[in-house]
Amino acid sequence: MRIPVRFELNGHAVEVEVAPDRTLLDLLRDTMGETGTKEGCREGECGACTVVVDGRAVNSCLFPAPEIDGTRVLTIEGLSCDHGRLSRVQQAFLDASGTQCGFCTPGMVMTAVAFLAENPAPMDTEIREALTGNLCRCTGYVQIVEAIQLAARRSRDPQA
Amino acid sequence: MTRSRHVGTERPRPDAADKLAGKAHYIHDIAVQGMLYGRIRFSDHAHARIARIDTSLAESVPGVRAVITGQTTPEIRFGLLRDNVALKKDRVRQFRDEVAAVAATSPEAAARAVELIEVEYEPLPAVFTPDEALAEGAALVHETDHAGRSRSSNLLPLSCRHLTGDIAAATAASRYIVEGTYTVPRIQQACMGTSGCLAEFSPEGNLTITAKTQIPFLAQRDFNRALEALGLTNRNSRVIVPAIGGAFGTGLDTHAYEFIAILLAWKTGRPVKIVYDRREEFSCLSPRQEARIRVCQGCDDRGRLTFRDVEVIQDNGAYTSWGATYPNVMLVTATSLYRVPAVRFDSRIVYTNNTYCQAMRGYGNPEVTWAIESNLDELAAAAGMDPIAMRLLNANEPGDLSPMGLKFDSCALRECLDAVATSLRTSSSPPAGQTRVRGTGMAGLINVGGGGKIYRSDGSGIILKLDDYGNVNVAYGGVEMGQGLHSALTIMVADALGVRPERVFINQTDTATCPWDVGTHASRGAFMAGNAAVLAATKLRERLFALAERVYADEVERNIARIGQSERIEAFDFRAARAADFDLRDGYLAPRQAPDEAWYRIELGRLLRAAHFAERDPAIFTEEAFYEPPTQLPDWERGYGNMSASYGFGAQGVEVEVDTETGEVRILRLVAVSDIGRVLNPATLKGQMYGGIAQGVGYALFEEVQTERGRILNPGFTDYKVASAADLDFPIELRFVETNDPHGPFGAKGAGELALAPTAPAIANAIYNAVGVRVRDLPITPEKVLRALSETSRR
Repeated sequence: MRIPVRFELNGHAVEVEVAPDRTLLDLLRDTMGETGTKEGCREGECGACTVVVDGRAVNSCLFPAPEIDGTRVLTIEGLSCDHGRLSRVQQAFLDASGTQCGFCTPGMVMTAVAFLAENPAPMDTEIREALTGNLCRCTGYVQIVEAIQLAARRSRDPQA
Repeated sequence: MTRSRHVGTERPRPDAADKLAGKAHYIHDIAVQGMLYGRIRFSDHAHARIARIDTSLAESVPGVRAVITGQTTPEIRFGLLRDNVALKKDRVRQFRDEVAAVAATSPEAAARAVELIEVEYEPLPAVFTPDEALAEGAALVHETDHAGRSRSSNLLPLSCRHLTGDIAAATAASRYIVEGTYTVPRIQQACMGTSGCLAEFSPEGNLTITAKTQIPFLAQRDFNRALEALGLTNRNSRVIVPAIGGAFGTGLDTHAYEFIAILLAWKTGRPVKIVYDRREEFSCLSPRQEARIRVCQGCDDRGRLTFRDVEVIQDNGAYTSWGATYPNVMLVTATSLYRVPAVRFDSRIVYTNNTYCQAMRGYGNPEVTWAIESNLDELAAAAGMDPIAMRLLNANEPGDLSPMGLKFDSCALRECLDAVATSLRTSSSPPAGQTRVRGTGMAGLINVGGGGKIYRSDGSGIILKLDDYGNVNVAYGGVEMGQGLHSALTIMVADALGVRPERVFINQTDTATCPWDVGTHASRGAFMAGNAAVLAATKLRERLFALAERVYADEVERNIARIGQSERIEAFDFRAARAADFDLRDGYLAPRQAPDEAWYRIELGRLLRAAHFAERDPAIFTEEAFYEPPTQLPDWERGYGNMSASYGFGAQGVEVEVDTETGEVRILRLVAVSDIGRVLNPATLKGQMYGGIAQGVGYALFEEVQTERGRILNPGFTDYKVASAADLDFPIELRFVETNDPHGPFGAKGAGELALAPTAPAIANAIYNAVGVRVRDLPITPEKVLRALSETSRR
């Protein structure tokens, strides 16, 4: 059995059929070929697969694909601006060295995007709380926290 | 090499933008036409005879293209002692042993089929600790070695020992002596990107394998041996390295899953990809070794070390990887951290039916540093000395030749210890609540920083290719796995040659296009790559300046025609310019005595085009170099030899708060001061330090692969805790004492591994300082702290 779903992916309308046992992560990576979203554990523990659904950061590996119907989905591929330029949060990660091996990075960035929309002037501790569902084995998180602070500062003052 | 414009400056890493845009291609993201998905059936027993394998049900699953076993495929033998085979034929020796595999058109079909393979076992007696394994009459994990010679014990035939001085005499002459036994658990590297590979054969039988490896060239050798086992003689393996989602030592060996992908691709004639899921990564990929380390140290009445005696027993698991040679690296710290006149080191590595182990960042050094630096604090306590004063009293100095024959041409251990001590002296606010007690502790470290020779070549090749536009393409065989190698290499090539970093492009690592490199490990990447880059760039500059002698005058005439005459032009007779007059800086050739004068400056691309299209002796510019560091392959029986060209030093200090009611340990702050020579890129270096410290904190406080009779009990992030951002919510102060190492490229030494070496003992020492109890068994869980507290109060 396959279920038709219509949703908006990175600003573009999508109409596909999905098997009921598939996840949003499968839909993005396998059906849509959008491999920027990573699979780290498939059990909702590591956050590498984080995408933003209707403004909320979710683990796409736990999100049933049929339930995507009628939503707006934002993934790492949807962040970049015209001509592939990096968005503010991505640029802040670049400038603050917030990525090493990079495997957790798309999920980290998507969590940061949803978090900053809710909390544009966070404390470091609030950022660390927001990141507890996103594991990173390389960075020790310090420069990721700095990157998110930098993005927050730049959203208030683009010259920062 | 003193010329540096970009070395030492903070620059974004060249690989960051792709990673941030989701455009980096990890093995998980790579698919090719006609690709099949491979999946492995693992053993259900720790030790058993395979009585029967029935694959008929699996073969009938729609989409399945091949089901293979050890009975139906040629034997592919691998491993440091060649004691492992890709598919086990008649016996399994650990829970994760590979007994069969499937290739199918979808991952789902492969997963279904692999479950339908029926395997019957006859269980055998098994051993799960080195003590059990060495006991009289213990079951043998291997009854024969790779060549079929019978074995009589579970002890591995790898010895590594050292003796300097007379331990008995030094013991008798010591005023204070402290002995302790310190243990470390198996821990998982827990790379965020799991393991995998994609194997594909050409019709001629040549293999291309995209592999998550740190050793592309040694892997090529292993894969070529596999081709021979398949009867494919005079064929080649090409190893391509994709973006790597963390490695931390997991790529230091070739793995059964890679040989199985090769077997499946060979059998089906189609590309086959195998990627581990997280459960497989935890339960079927080799973790860091479990070990027990006995340390005894003595000092005189002033606190000067008199001797050190270290004995290591390491649980190897069922097969042997390069990681079994941890003791080779432990020797560095055991013989040479602080000045010790008499040293004895011995190691035993033991087969068990546990999961076999492999390399992880630090490669024995975090283990041995844990034992020695814990014991040193105990010795200071016994002598009634301040542990910081004791370390300073015994610190290594530049110019020292250690008992192992290590030469410290640069060494700032004393400065590092001093800086940590100063930082720890600054007081913090008093603890909240009566049950919480605060304390500080520290530990020092030494780590190889100029390669680590444990193979017959520790060298590294590089090719620098200039194109007609002044771009530099770099072919380097080392691996970027997140540590920042490409960042360091980019700025070193830029400075060594004299171009802008934006003009430097690093090629994908590929054995077909890159020159040989032994592998990216032992903190050697930037050190080797930089030295090789300096050699090749020097050759390029010589050739460019010789060329300039020929074409420079004409090019300056063109400048003058375009820009116009000037009086200043006569400051330099450009018509008589010789090679020695030139410099190349930021992509412009100019005379040294007038580097900024527009008339005299020739853009590199223009110079290269002039050479390329010249009527006489046209030329293009590519240079290669091979750097072999001035080191020795140690004699392991004697434990002697200068295995690294330079050595990194450092110290870490922590302040902890121990809750005496719950046993919980909270880190309040951490300071790490390091001597890694000159800093190449502060941003990526800090990233290495923060990340290493995070792993060190996990090692100290909560990480452990839990097993029961060889079965791994916590194969996922739910039960295996990796530090989250909230777990590390304390300030980390990083400082660097910039020695200028004579062997390092631009004075730099390797930095990748040293951050996690002293973290665990620094924390244990701080706990002792706070509440007076000593935990000698990692990880230091709240239960162990509580137990130690109650034992102390009973005494």
